[in-house]
Amino acid sequence: MSLAKRIIPCLDVDNGRVVKGVQFVDIRDAGDPVEVAKRYDQQGADEITFLDITATAHERDTIVHVVEEVANQVFIPLTVGGGIRSLDDVRKMLNAGADKVAINSAAIFNPGFVKEACDTFGSQCIVIAIDAKQVETLGEVPRWEIFTHGGRKPTGIDAIEWAQKMQALGAGELLVTSMDKDGTKSGFDLALTRTIADSVSIPVIASGGVGTLEDLCDGITEGHAEAVLAASIFHFGEHTVGEAKRVMQQQNIEVRL
Amino acid sequence: MSDQKLITVVDYGMGNLRSVAKAAEQVAPTNTRILISQKSEDIEDADAVIFPGQGAAKACMQALQTSGIDHAVVKAASEKPFLGICMGLQVLMTDSSENQGVDCLNLFEGHVKAFDLHDYPELKIPHMGWNQIHQTQAHPLWHQIPQDSRFYFVHSYFIEPEDTSIISGTTTHGTTFTSVVAHNHLFAIQAHPEKSAQVGLQLFKNFLNWNPQ
Repeated sequence: MSLAKRIIPCLDVDNGRVVKGVQFVDIRDAGDPVEVAKRYDQQGADEITFLDITATAHERDTIVHVVEEVANQVFIPLTVGGGIRSLDDVRKMLNAGADKVAINSAAIFNPGFVKEACDTFGSQCIVIAIDAKQVETLGEVPRWEIFTHGGRKPTGIDAIEWAQKMQALGAGELLVTSMDKDGTKSGFDLALTRTIADSVSIPVIASGGVGTLEDLCDGITEGHAEAVLAASIFHFGEHTVGEAKRVMQQQNIEVRL
Repeated sequence: MSDQKLITVVDYGMGNLRSVAKAAEQVAPTNTRILISQKSEDIEDADAVIFPGQGAAKACMQALQTSGIDHAVVKAASEKPFLGICMGLQVLMTDSSENQGVDCLNLFEGHVKAFDLHDYPELKIPHMGWNQIHQTQAHPLWHQIPQDSRFYFVHSYFIEPEDTSIISGTTTHGTTFTSVVAHNHLFAIQAHPEKSAQVGLQLFKNFLNWNPQ
């Protein structure tokens, strides 16, 4: 009897539509976030994360409606990330039915915002998204740095120190994405995940690089993550969340079936 | 109209009431009206009350007191079907150790204390995710919910009631704590049934069909 490790499918949403080519065989409109979220719920997803990648500010409100629609029909925790910059942004998402928001660059530009958001809405709903890249030179101990702008801009901030600082400011959870691994389908950066997970007391979600169901297991057993996030292995119908859980269970990982 | 049942979801500015209301609506019998309200009279007029809550204990208690609905909540809790959720369970106790100590509603004697996981370095706080509730007593609200079902939790504090006879469910995160209490018309749960998929909806269904006495 203990807490189950979580599987979190992630949907990239652009102007109200799921992108990255979601392909379920028996869904008519594969780009409808509500349909996709319902499907993941039926498969046994433990939470769902929406990453809003809408470029233009005036179209940003579409994600609010997406969250409302999903929250009306799907009764598992929902997280929304992308463009969360103010207390008002947080409030809007929570009121729409999100349970948590993921804050990324706004935390870097203004760490005080993290504290304000946690004090206002509670730590339980503030997830800090950390995009990290390995930066040490040959012969050094592994070191990771925070990057912004989709991994293009270095910040000079050490990822481990940053994780601890975010915890101190009140963050309830960390979503750790390896920018080296993201999109490679070669597995999580396990050293990064484990180093952060072992240096904080709040839960860590591993992200970036999942290519197989084994990778998900490794994120838990070797990366010490509490939850694993993946997009493409579920989107393309290669695997279902249920399959992933059965594989995890075979490895003695506690899951909700 | 007279046979319509009014369910009031208590709004004191703490937490996601919309999800609670939507989950209840999903399984509500016909002729049931789910109302999110911050008014004492809507709590008094209700046939049953849902009392959610999220955030810090101090903020919750302050919000209850400044809105002036604390009396209506306490009264409802002893008079009609009443479902407390998360902070809506914790604030029923005598006091909480959160925020350097906060006096709570004192419906049940006992304290709310923080997880101490010194002996379990691998466990994380908040206790966040799907964990099992072991039903320690039969109760109408457990109808068709299998023993040890997983519910969604997110919290860093837990209750320790003095009167152990009110304990209706327990959960283990390092330590085994009281995750559900039940007493007369009242049922209160640390987990979030509104976010607990099928078992959560079943709990709402059971609550909405509950006719104690």
